[in-house]
Amino acid sequence: MKTLFNSGHTACAGCGQSMAARLVIDAAGPNTIVVNNTGCLEVFSTKFPESAWGVPWIHSLFENAAAVASGVESALTYLGKKDSINVIAQGGDGSTADIGLQALSGMLERGHDILYVCYDNEAYMNTGVQRSGLTPFDTNTSTSPAGKQSTGNIRPKKPMPEIANAHGIPYVATASTAFPQDIQRKVKKALSIKGPKYMQIHVPCPLGWRSDTNLTTLVARLAVETGLYPLIEFENGVLTARRQISPLKPVEEYLKTQGRFKHLLNKPEELKKIQEIADSNIKKYGLKVSEVTPPTAGSGGT
Amino acid sequence: MFGPLVCKPGASRNNRTGSWRMESRPKFLKKDCIACNMCLLICPEACISGQGKNNYDADFDYCKGCGNCAWICPKKDIEMVKEGHNPTGVGLPTPIKEGPKSK
Ligand SMILES: Cc1ncc(C[n+]2csc(CCOP(=O)(O)OP(=O)(O)O)c2C)c(N)n1
Ligand code: SF4
Ligand code: SF4
Ligand SMILES: [Mg+2]
Repeated sequence: MKTLFNSGHTACAGCGQSMAARLVIDAAGPNTIVVNNTGCLEVFSTKFPESAWGVPWIHSLFENAAAVASGVESALTYLGKKDSINVIAQGGDGSTADIGLQALSGMLERGHDILYVCYDNEAYMNTGVQRSGLTPFDTNTSTSPAGKQSTGNIRPKKPMPEIANAHGIPYVATASTAFPQDIQRKVKKALSIKGPKYMQIHVPCPLGWRSDTNLTTLVARLAVETGLYPLIEFENGVLTARRQISPLKPVEEYLKTQGRFKHLLNKPEELKKIQEIADSNIKKYGLKVSEVTPPTAGSGGT
Repeated sequence: MFGPLVCKPGASRNNRTGSWRMESRPKFLKKDCIACNMCLLICPEACISGQGKNNYDADFDYCKGCGNCAWICPKKDIEMVKEGHNPTGVGLPTPIKEGPKSK
């Protein structure tokens, strides 16, 4: 197939991040410069002397894609070329929500015309599944091991979309590997808006989540259908769209697909806490489809 | 390392990841395909191509056998089959003969 993210990269089989990265760059098109933080995507797409990218692509450090992209954007503006060239800064959840948060905040505050994409696989995968600020509550990771003394990560997920939104930027969206066309629509929409944009895409990692390689899109879908990963869009600070779900599924359906949550399945008190997180998302973002009168039996349906 | 390292765009195609396949590979049955394009959209290796009904194929030089295409097909028209012994070499990654090529 014709793509700007080529075959031959070295991501694990079934890696959600490799699916999403291609969808993003193909939606953005060839007139794009990409700046990448350190992480799995950077490593698996640029094994020297090879590169999977069909666009100019720069890597400098773990935490500074937003800062380097700010420089790229400023240079393009100075040269009078910014209107015809997209700038995308991107990285994993650790590089975005933890070590690179300051660079990202500066980029958002200064108002650069850049799309920032966070590929959220909910831990530091490239260095061996350490917890990050975006690791969900109760997840078993190598630095939040579940055992006799602990049920896993003690903190809830950092509300990155809300943090980005609090900067007063024109566009914030979450997306999921389960909905490829929706990812591409959001990228195109973001790039049509001038100013800083933040997108966060849920990307299953079969290695770190201990899920089956063929179930990447199913796992991502269940996160959305349980209310644990709300798909939302903010424009100029206002919630303008959300994916409503019907029927909403209990969180166990999502948790049982992954080894990182296996320790929770016989712990009703922990399952209750996670269901409460989902319920609060559902309430906060209005994810429940409002009751409609079901068609009467035999009436021919909808 | 001082100064930037520059690579040819798309030169990753020299790296035939098809040799990673362990157990199975997709078989496109080409019976009930409705050309929804979902397999092509989600293949993490960007190795599915095709257009129109019953016309999609995977490039086994790169397919890692993850099975996502078979799972997502709404018509169950892709099946994962055992990789097995392959005396003819059909579908095995082709050895690299030429140097780095760009697209
Ligand atoms: C300053 C610095 N600290 C630590 C590292 C080591 N390091 C490289 S990648 C990585 C994890 C990346 O995690 P994330 O951003 O979530 O991306 P993922 O690999 O999960 O896609 C770490 C800790 C580094 N390269 N630089
Ligand atoms: S460790 Fe996870 S994120 Fe990294 S390449 Fe493998 S599947 Fe993808
Ligand atoms: S098995 Fe995986 S890598 Fe191979 S064609 Fe299907 S989706 Fe692509
Ligand atoms: Mg990560």
